[in-house]
Amino acid sequence: MSKSKIYPSFADAVADIPDGSTIGFGGFAVVGMPINLYEALSKQGAKGLTCVSNGTRGGSTMPSDAPTMEWLISNDQVKKVICSFTAPTRASQKLVFSEYYEKGLIDAELVPQGTLAERMRAAGAGIPAFYTPAAVGTELAEGRETRVFNGREYLLEEALPLDYAFIRAYQADAFGNLRFRRSQRNFNPLMAMAARVTIVEVEEDILPVGAIEPDDVHLPGIFVHRMVKIPPPPEGWWPQRPAEIAKLEADRNAR
Amino acid sequence: MSDGAKGLTRQQMCDRVAMEFQDGWVVNLGIGIPTLCSNFNFGDKQIIFHAENGVIGYGPLTGAGREDLHLVNAGGQHVTLNPEAAIVHHADSFGIIRSGRIDVTVLGAYEVAENGDFANWKMAGQKGGGIGGAMDLAACAKHVFLAMEQVTRRGQPRLVERCTIPVTARGVVDLVITNYGLFEITPEGMALREIAPGISVDEVRATTGCNLLIPDEVPPVRMRG
Repeated sequence: MSKSKIYPSFADAVADIPDGSTIGFGGFAVVGMPINLYEALSKQGAKGLTCVSNGTRGGSTMPSDAPTMEWLISNDQVKKVICSFTAPTRASQKLVFSEYYEKGLIDAELVPQGTLAERMRAAGAGIPAFYTPAAVGTELAEGRETRVFNGREYLLEEALPLDYAFIRAYQADAFGNLRFRRSQRNFNPLMAMAARVTIVEVEEDILPVGAIEPDDVHLPGIFVHRMVKIPPPPEGWWPQRPAEIAKLEADRNAR
Repeated sequence: MSDGAKGLTRQQMCDRVAMEFQDGWVVNLGIGIPTLCSNFNFGDKQIIFHAENGVIGYGPLTGAGREDLHLVNAGGQHVTLNPEAAIVHHADSFGIIRSGRIDVTVLGAYEVAENGDFANWKMAGQKGGGIGGAMDLAACAKHVFLAMEQVTRRGQPRLVERCTIPVTARGVVDLVITNYGLFEITPEGMALREIAPGISVDEVRATTGCNLLIPDEVPPVRMRG
């Protein structure tokens, strides 16, 4: 039996992350975001990080006190972000990222969301580059290689390999076979396949090996290296509670 | 825009474009105004809503207290699932988009040009931007509809000859609904098809920054029910 993939704490799971790492953080809006791993990495303190994620924080329903990439940014740990959002979606929204970006303290690569996903899928699938129609004719394509196939112009995009993937899953067995629930899957399995080392925060108790039907595994355990069971609140971070959602909805309707 | 602005409310704008959806269409709604399209009563038509995060076949928003914390649409709103629903990861979700399986995407926009270019990811002078899935959708959906304001807060036209801010995609827009009316992008240019109640043709012309093809009689924006 090889070494256990189950780590006793998030601090243990991220202890050896070196400065300068490229890390993918899964999740979309709030769902599937590795919020416990964000907190652990902010305490661990690795610097010069390149952070890949859909955005630099959660969606508008993200609880304001929950750990996000903003904790790493305001802790001066981030050199560069690669995201599909590097500006707020509403003028009233303020991002910690924007303060750093406007002062030139952080680099950013803005990527269409489908291209971001496919660049990581390619990395995990052994494909060095691919052509896509997204962003053709825009500022993002200026000075870059395009090619015409069947009369249509496509833009060359390169794979985006990761050193680490930080993801969140619903169920895991001790081998690391994972299942996600509802819209929790999003970028998570892609990032795991693109990464050398995948660290997972798991919502349910980690099951014995083989407890998940092989047909039902969303991400095979060969892509998973470290897992930590999320403790119940307040020790562990969970998506917002229904009462908080109700308040957010009321605020939204009042606007 | 507040619903106190002139012409159509946001919901009326979305109801009008939603009327164009055909039975069996796979539809992707952008965040902001377009999400209101899902409130439209489609009657006997089956409409399959697709979200960038891989949710295919989502239904109405959930009521307070009944949210599934693992389930949101592209705007991060908690939704329900219809019986035909299925869920895939992000790469497959955009595979659906790029391979032309989306019949229509309805997006918000800052500007649209008479040649079908539009801009919705970066405001003038802004550092960074918010693309999300808009460039993939705009380049690949079979139809691109825009739901947007007629003018900026300063009263400047958003319907223009050529976009003045960075575009999302070129020559892709089919239909534009604003609070002032319904416009179609044709090979000859932008055409006014229907006009909002209480708005005159002169007002539309005065608030539009490009030539408009205007028929002698412009019907009112169609409303149902």
